Amino acid sequence: MEKTIRIKRFDPESKNPQAYHQEFKVEVEESSSVLDALITIRESIDESLAVRCSCRGAICGSCGLRVNGQGTLACKTKINSLRGSNGTITVEPMGNMAVVKDLVTDMRPFWEKIRQVTPWLQTTGDAPTAEYLAPPDAMTHLNPVMGCIMCGVCVSDCTALEVDPTFVGPAALAKAYRFVADPRDAATNQRLRDLDEPTGMWDCTRCMVCVEVCPKGVAPMDRIMALRSKGMNSGLTDTYGARHSMGFIEVVRDKGILDEVMLTIKTLGLFNISRFMGLLPVAIRSLLHGKLPKPGPFHKPLPGMHNIRRIVDTTEKMK
Amino acid sequence: MKYAFYPGCVSKGACPELYQSVMAVYPKLGITLEELTEAACTGAGCLQEKDQLLGDTLNARTLAMAEHKGLPIMTICSTCQGVFAQANKRLNDDPDYLAEINKMLAPEGLKYKGTTVVKHFLWVLLEDLEEKAWKDKIVKPLKTLRAAPFYGCYLQRPSEALGFDEHPERQTSLEQVIAATGAEVVDFAGKDRCCGLPILTINEPNSMAMVHKHTTDAKTLGADVMVTPCPLCHLNLDGLQHTAASRHNTTIDMPILHFPQLLGLAMGLDSKSLGLKRNIMSPKAALEKVGVAL
Repeated sequence: MEKTIRIKRFDPESKNPQAYHQEFKVEVEESSSVLDALITIRESIDESLAVRCSCRGAICGSCGLRVNGQGTLACKTKINSLRGSNGTITVEPMGNMAVVKDLVTDMRPFWEKIRQVTPWLQTTGDAPTAEYLAPPDAMTHLNPVMGCIMCGVCVSDCTALEVDPTFVGPAALAKAYRFVADPRDAATNQRLRDLDEPTGMWDCTRCMVCVEVCPKGVAPMDRIMALRSKGMNSGLTDTYGARHSMGFIEVVRDKGILDEVMLTIKTLGLFNISRFMGLLPVAIRSLLHGKLPKPGPFHKPLPGMHNIRRIVDTTEKMK
Repeated sequence: MKYAFYPGCVSKGACPELYQSVMAVYPKLGITLEELTEAACTGAGCLQEKDQLLGDTLNARTLAMAEHKGLPIMTICSTCQGVFAQANKRLNDDPDYLAEINKMLAPEGLKYKGTTVVKHFLWVLLEDLEEKAWKDKIVKPLKTLRAAPFYGCYLQRPSEALGFDEHPERQTSLEQVIAATGAEVVDFAGKDRCCGLPILTINEPNSMAMVHKHTTDAKTLGADVMVTPCPLCHLNLDGLQHTAASRHNTTIDMPILHFPQLLGLAMGLDSKSLGLKRNIMSPKAALEKVGVAL
């Protein structure tokens, strides 16, 4: 069958190095992947098309790109599974990265961020005579995250990186979790302290894009949530992020529903004058529009609060 | 159709115009709502960062309340919908986990069997009502209005928990309802991205950059309004838009409508009954295009 593939092209060495889209009509099989189509184009229509690939089996992580606006591996994406507009399939390079040429992106910042989280085991004491041993039960939960193939697809579509390139990003944080949760590692507390800094684990928006696009089931955002939980449980409770999460539970225990004003005070701190001054115009506008939430004692708890408090206290005791 | 109604905290707090607009719209659709007045906050994914067991127990409690009534739940918040969907999946995937949680519900006389269906109002329109039953109520098509959709992350992801395999139409539910109101759908890449609210207090510059980007992109594409099924997105895109514009030394002036407000306008309801004066970014100019006074 014939398919139209619309490819975003860019050649930095051309006379006019501007990105543009170019359409190719290509014959594909029922079982063809997007990568099959791209290779056919390169081999039969335009040999100048730049695309990075190797294993063709979702193992090497080389062919990350965007298909119809979503990050994916070209080799793992079947053309038949796509619902492109008018049957046209749009293929573009990964986002949040500089383009080297056509569909090839510069992965150096990606690797720098991976290195930033010290992605190797840090142990103490004398080295064992053979392997560092760990019970299987203590390691099996790490299997999904150890399945990361470093393709960069999660980084490509990360909504926090779209506005802040300094954020360490989902791939590096998933890798950090892999060592924080490894029972053989002896640097857990230091790792968590490092991740608690600005541009670290609290800058994730919880948008779940990385969970959705990851081709290997690593679920980076779930690992980031686990890192935050481990950080708070280890005493790292002085960031806005930690105070927001813990304050949320306190507000629910107190009222059953969200008390926006109290949560803001618990998060920012009562005497955080500069932040409250910044929010003052927002509060005044809400007041003028008749929608400033009732604060503190004016915000009534839900009926049946004793049941909610019992659940909060029971789960707290279970830790 | 009768539903156990879960309004969510924000429609009862910082976005009362959402609750008001739903109350104005739903009786005309042949829907009956019974509000779950004792149901706790879902946790919005934030409480779950610290304690997922607590979040799942509170949500199992709400699901059990609806199950006991024999009713599906209707939500009006993308975040509530998504958190319920994820909790429901975890509870149904692991009987031991559900049994552990049911022990905590027992003192209240509740037990969750795992049968409660939770649907956002958008999905109720498209899946549960006869097409004619609600489209016939659109007596004032908003033909000259250009509306950009903005979903909220939790109504788009994770697609497995949200049931997109069984219901692929859910992925474009907002565009379908906008189109049904007669308005022109302005498609833009930011429609399924993050509004920035979850990091507003944590990293305000990044949060404001998201508001600036999405509202400016929609404006550049010629949208008269943005429309959202998520009151949390509304809080940031509407309530913080002035702040975002100020941080980026610009003006944006993009009205943000709750989707029931848009639906209500197409059903001929006036702006007062839909609470449109409570929107921070004035929709006055957009309403004038469709012959409605603010």
